[in-house]
Amino acid sequence: MSVISQRVPWFAVLPLGLLALWHVAVTQQWTPPGIIPSPAQVAESWYTWIFGAPGKSLSPYSGTWVSNVLYSTRRVLQGFLIAAAIGIPLGLFIGWNRLVANLVDPSIQLFRPVPITAWLPFSIAVFGIYDASALFLIGLGAFYPIVLNTTHGVRDTNLLLLRAARMLGAGQATILRKVVFPSALPSILTGLRLGIGVAWTAVIVAEMIAVKSGLGYVLWDAYYVSRMDICVATMFSVGMLGFLSDRVIYVFSRLVLRWRTLEAHA
Amino acid sequence: MPERTEPGRVSLRPPTVDSGHADHATIRLHDVWKEFVKRGGRVEALQAIDFVVEPNEFAAILGPSGCGKSTLLNMVAGFDRPTRGRVLVAGEPVEAPDPRRGVVFQEPALFPWYTVLDNITFGPKTLGQSPSVYRPKVETLLEQVGLQGFEGHYPAELSGGMKQRVGIARVLVMEPRVLLMDEPFGSLDAQTRSLMHELLLSVWERHHQTVLFITHDIEEALLLADSVSVMTARPGRIKERLAVEFPRPRSVELTTSPLFNELKREVLALIREESRRAATEKRA
Ligand SMILES: Nc1ncnc2c1ncn2[C@@H]1O[C@H](COP(=O)(O)OP(=O)(O)OP(=O)(O)O)[C@@H](O)[C@H]1O
Ligand SMILES: [Mg+2]
Repeated sequence: MSVISQRVPWFAVLPLGLLALWHVAVTQQWTPPGIIPSPAQVAESWYTWIFGAPGKSLSPYSGTWVSNVLYSTRRVLQGFLIAAAIGIPLGLFIGWNRLVANLVDPSIQLFRPVPITAWLPFSIAVFGIYDASALFLIGLGAFYPIVLNTTHGVRDTNLLLLRAARMLGAGQATILRKVVFPSALPSILTGLRLGIGVAWTAVIVAEMIAVKSGLGYVLWDAYYVSRMDICVATMFSVGMLGFLSDRVIYVFSRLVLRWRTLEAHA
Repeated sequence: MPERTEPGRVSLRPPTVDSGHADHATIRLHDVWKEFVKRGGRVEALQAIDFVVEPNEFAAILGPSGCGKSTLLNMVAGFDRPTRGRVLVAGEPVEAPDPRRGVVFQEPALFPWYTVLDNITFGPKTLGQSPSVYRPKVETLLEQVGLQGFEGHYPAELSGGMKQRVGIARVLVMEPRVLLMDEPFGSLDAQTRSLMHELLLSVWERHHQTVLFITHDIEEALLLADSVSVMTARPGRIKERLAVEFPRPRSVELTTSPLFNELKREVLALIREESRRAATEKRA
């Protein structure tokens, strides 16, 4: 029994079941006809979108998948990197220095409840319908979890380790680099994982409205021309990309936090 | 090395070895008071402490829990400041932690993200020593504390005793003249603790650092130290100071001698008296 239950790929059961349900629901016309596409239709359109000859029959959904994926991925990475480049150092200083905390922290807490969707009009008014607008929204969205988790990680640093470092002759800079940063690293990486998730949310919102390329733009455009099959294919694409980028950070954390995985086993 | 043959308490002079240079690492607490301000009131932790550890002396402090032993040590280490009074080491007021005063904590307090080797070289690297200076020292130390072959291990992969040995090695590599130890072996099992005693004795008999050693364990104090001071219950004061003049080098077998047990009974009586006093005061 246990041998069999170990061999069953349990993770695949639920997705396959849902796929089957979806297929049956569409073919049996449980859903209003012509609105929800079948899995097969989605697969076919998705295939054409990826591998079809570009420019054929003037359809924008032939052979343009890769370029749109690249647009969105580049924006996510750029926005995410900007957020990390500002969020991590700022978080370190907020957590480390009471003065910086008093200076900056209240403002962050004040702005944080404003959803990034609410920033859209402001962003377009300031940055126009350009990349800058998208990067602003993505960066802002990813910034909050990164800065908050970094701050939290720094404040969690063991007092005994700080004393040990000072006793061994370390000054503030050395302590930040060799004690506080590694100690906060698990938290920082959690922040990065949350941040990249928000970045994918933000890129879709930004591309729907603030720029004219990328998966978000395709999603909204396809909806307007009633190509629900492309909409669904886009949703799957975004889901996959989000999952992949999360995995990349996860694997990276396992590597840099080797000392910690040992601890869990000890 | 001067061998003292007659046991018993004759004088308080510690052995004087290899202190030819002008480095007189005396620890001097002069009328030290310490008060903590907590929500809802003040806690008087230490009261009018006058205490001296002579150069090259191994001084142990015993006392009931919460009497202020760690507080005292933290002030000598420079982690904390007295409310009143002065703390001097080698004639200079203690302002901040300093690698010349090595601290071994009750918990090993190793950097979990560094290997054994990186933990031990943390101090020398921080001070900008070149590897050619600290490498030979590290090699010798690894052998001395029995950690060869574990250089690449992370603290999480070590036993409690091994962690504490790394904690000692990373301090010794700085060659401090003063060693401050706050119940360093308190969390180890008896077997490991005994091995650590032997290690510490061999280290100290080689270098004769000035040691301030805090413990709950009377036997440990008598085995290791030149003097044992008993503190009162909070607010902590130094109640009594006894010289322990068993000949050196000492070994764990000493703990079975009649003279040792006589001294042990004496210290035990002092501590009992103090715990009883603390208990009655609490009731009053
Ligand atoms: N940072 C602090 N803030 C407030 N009170 C403190 C602080 N540190 C210590 N105390 C108080 O001072 C007293 C002495 O504490 P200390 O840690 O020095 O005792 P100790 O003798 O080392 O005890 P133990 O043997 O349990 O380690 C205690 O009552 C403790 O509650
Ligand atoms: Mg203590």
